[in-house]
Amino acid sequence: MSGEARATPWPLRAWSLDHKTIGLQFLGASLAMLLCGGLLAMAVRWQLAWPWTGMPIVGRALFGDTGGAPSPEGYTALFTMHGTIMIFFVVIPLLTGAFGNYLIPLMIGARDMAFPRLNAFSFWIMVPGIACALASFAVEGGAASSGWTAYPPLSTLLGAAPGSGAGQTLWLWALFFSGLSSLSGSINYVVTIATLRAPGLSMLRLPLTVWGLLVAALLQCLALPVLTAATVLQYSDRLLGTGFFSGGGAWVNGEWIAGAGGTPLLWQHLFWFYSHPAVYVMVVPAMGMVGDILSVHARKPVFGYKPMVWAMAAITGLGVMVWGHHMFVSGMSPVAGTGFMLSTILIALPSAVKTFNWIGTVWGGRLRLNAALLWALGFVSMFVVGGLSGIWMAATPVDVHLHDTYTVVAHFHYIVFGGTLFGVFAALHHWFPKMTGRHLGERLGKLHFAGTFVLTNAVFLPMHQAGFAGMVRRVADPYAHASLEPLRELNVFITIAALLLFAWQAFFVANLFLTLRRPRSAEANPWRAASLEWEAPSPPPHGNFDRELVVVRGPYEYGDEAGDDDWLPQARPRAAGAKEARA
Amino acid sequence: MTRVLACGLFVALLVAVPWWFAHSASHGPWMPARSSTYAGEVDGLFGAILVALAIAFVLVMSLLVVALWRGAARVERARTVHGDLRLELLWTLAPGAVLAWIALAQGPIWSAMKGDEALRSREPLARVEAAQFDWRFRRAGPDGRFDTQDDLLETGELVVPAGEKVVLALRTRDVIHGFFVPDFRLKQDIVPGRDARVWFEAPAPGRHDLICAELCGWGHYKMAGSIRVVSRAEHDAHLARLAERWSASGAEERP
Repeated sequence: MSGEARATPWPLRAWSLDHKTIGLQFLGASLAMLLCGGLLAMAVRWQLAWPWTGMPIVGRALFGDTGGAPSPEGYTALFTMHGTIMIFFVVIPLLTGAFGNYLIPLMIGARDMAFPRLNAFSFWIMVPGIACALASFAVEGGAASSGWTAYPPLSTLLGAAPGSGAGQTLWLWALFFSGLSSLSGSINYVVTIATLRAPGLSMLRLPLTVWGLLVAALLQCLALPVLTAATVLQYSDRLLGTGFFSGGGAWVNGEWIAGAGGTPLLWQHLFWFYSHPAVYVMVVPAMGMVGDILSVHARKPVFGYKPMVWAMAAITGLGVMVWGHHMFVSGMSPVAGTGFMLSTILIALPSAVKTFNWIGTVWGGRLRLNAALLWALGFVSMFVVGGLSGIWMAATPVDVHLHDTYTVVAHFHYIVFGGTLFGVFAALHHWFPKMTGRHLGERLGKLHFAGTFVLTNAVFLPMHQAGFAGMVRRVADPYAHASLEPLRELNVFITIAALLLFAWQAFFVANLFLTLRRPRSAEANPWRAASLEWEAPSPPPHGNFDRELVVVRGPYEYGDEAGDDDWLPQARPRAAGAKEARA
Repeated sequence: MTRVLACGLFVALLVAVPWWFAHSASHGPWMPARSSTYAGEVDGLFGAILVALAIAFVLVMSLLVVALWRGAARVERARTVHGDLRLELLWTLAPGAVLAWIALAQGPIWSAMKGDEALRSREPLARVEAAQFDWRFRRAGPDGRFDTQDDLLETGELVVPAGEKVVLALRTRDVIHGFFVPDFRLKQDIVPGRDARVWFEAPAPGRHDLICAELCGWGHYKMAGSIRVVSRAEHDAHLARLAERWSASGAEERP
C-alpha cells in the first residue's frame, strides 16, 4: 500500500482493485471463517466424546434452548456447516483467493491481474455467500443438515430433515455465490498467467507456486460451472417443483410425496464432478508453495522441476476423471467402478512423484531451520500419511468397508488440515514479510508448529482405527450401535486432543497480532530468494515493481554453481531505453 | 538445539504411526470379526496394502529425517542439482508397479462381491425396506412373491441361514440409506427409485450390527438393526412362527 492509498479513508480503500489488497481481504475473511469452522468442529468433537451433554462456550450460542446440549438435528447441522465453511469459505479462498491473488502477479512480474474489476468482484461476491452460510443458523429449522454433499432427496424434501427448509435454501445460495467467486477468480488467474508474464518468463520458468495455482484455476474453470449449475437445479427442485433429482417419490412423515422423475444419482455425479477436482484445488496450490519454500530454505534448486510440472498436469487431467470413487457404494455399475478404480489408482502416481521430489529438494541442502521450513516439512509428512491412506480407498473391495467411515475422515483431514493448512502456515511465514513488511515471530511460529504437529496426529491418527472398527461418519451418537461402544474411550482421547489443538492455535493468533503491531522492518528480499516477487519492495506499492524486469533464468538457481552468494535472482533490471517486449 | 527438537518431532512421527497401527492391530480398535465368506479376502487385501503403506511411509520419513538432520548442520553450500532422470524413473516405476499390483489384486474380489451368479439366479431371501429411521424386512411368504397378502414383515432384526448364499433386495421408502454390516465387509447405498441387490454368506451363527452408513436425517445415528445368522432349521422354524403370528392377525391390519 503506497502512502497515497493510506491517505484514503478505509471504506474507500475496501473497494480497492489492487490484487494485493484483494488478496489480503481474502486472507482476513478466510482466517475469520477458519475460526468459525474450527468452533463447529469442536462442537462436533464434544458430542462424539460426551453425547447429549451441555458443551461450554459454543453450546449456549448454538443450542440455547437446551442449555447448550446438542439436539440430534442440531448435530447434523454442525458437521454440515463445518464441512461447507471449511471447504468453500476457508481452504479454497485461502489458497486461490488469498495466495493466488497476492502471489500470481508478483511472481510473474506483472503490475496487477488482467481483470482487476473481475478480481474485486470475486471477493465481494463471496461476502453474501458467507452471509448466507452464517445467517442459516438463525432461520427456522436451523442451518442445512444434509451434509456438505447435500444429497437429494434428503436435501430436497422439505419434511425430510429440519434443516432442509430455509437452511438448505440459504446453503444453496451460499454455494452459488462461492461458485461465482471462484469462477471469476480462476478465469482471471488463467488469463493473467497466460498473458501478463514478464519478458523472458516462459511457462517452464514459472515457479511451482504459479503452476499449482494455474492447475487449480484450470480445474475450477472446467469443473466448477457444473456444480454451480447443479445448485440452481437443486434450488429449482426444491422451490419450483421440478424433478431433476427426485427419483420415484418418498414417504415422508407418513405422507406420500410423489416424485417428478430424475434420479438422486444425477446430483451425486454433478456434485462430485466438481467436488472431487475441488480436492485438488484445495491441495495443489499448497504443493506448489511448499516446493518453492523448501527450495529457498534448503538453498538448493527444486529437484525435478519438469516432473513436478508434469505431475501437476497429470493431476489436472486425471482429477476430472476420478469423481466416481465417491460413489463406489452408490449402486453404480461395477464396471464403471472398475474404471474409476483405475483412474484413482493412477492419480496416486503423480502424488508419489511429487513427494519424492520434495525429499530430493531438501536432500543435501543447507537447511535454514526456520518456521517456514518446518511447516513445509510438516506438510510433506502429513501429505505422506494422508496420501498413503487414500490407497485403501482406491482398492474398491476395501473401500466398500471403509466408505463413509472415520477412516475417510482421517484420510482427508490429513490432506486438508495436515497438508493444506500446514502449507498455508509455511506460506504465511515465508511471504508475510512481503505481504506486510514484517516477519512473523520465529519462536512463536516454531512453538505453534511443534504443538500443532503433535496434536494433529493425536487427533487424526486414531480416527483411522475408529473407521476400521465400523464407526460411520455423521452419526450424532455412535454408541447407539452396540459394536461401536468400545470406541468411546478412543473418541474421548481424540476430542481432548482436538480441543488442545484448537487452543494451541492461540499461538498463531498471538503471533499474527503481535507481528502486525511491530514496525515494518523487512527488507525486499530477506530470504535471498530468486523468484520475481522478491524484486518488489516489502510490501510492494501499487503497481508492484519500481523497475522493469527481464527474466533471464529459472526461479531456482541456488547452490554452489549459483554465483558467489549461493543464489542468482531470476530477473535483472531492463537496460534503460530497451524496447518493451510485451505491451 | 532446534535441530535436535525438529528432528525429534519427525522421528516421533516416524515411530508413532507404525507403532499405533501395530498396537491397534493387536489390542484394537481394528477391523471387526470376519463373519462373511469374502471378509477374509477383503482383509487380506487390506493387510497387504497396509504392509506396502508401512514400507513406503518408513522409507519416505526416514529419508526426510536424514535430510533434515544432515541439512540443518551443513555449512558448505548445497550442490546445484536440478534433478536426475534415473531417480525420477525409479520413483515413478516402483510405486507404479505396486499400484498396478493393487489394481490387479482387487479385481477378483470386486467381481466376486459385485458379480456373483447368485445375484442373478437366486430369489432374494428378503427385501430390506429402509425408512427414516428403521430397518424393515419383507419376506415373500408362502406364495414366493413380494407385495402380496401373505408377505411377512419384521423390523430391526433379519434372521438368515448360515452357510448359504443369501441375496437381499434393498429398497428405500424415503431418502438414501446405507446398508452396512461391518462384520460382513458389506456396504451398499439404497437410492430412491433404484433397487439394489447384495449377497453374502455367513459361515457361522451369530449376531451382527446393521448400521445406516448414509446420512438420512436427524435420526441417522439411531438407525440401528441387526442380522442374526442361525442354522437353516432354526431359520425355517423362525419363518414358520412368523407366518403363524401373521395369519393370526387380521388381514386388514396388514400394511
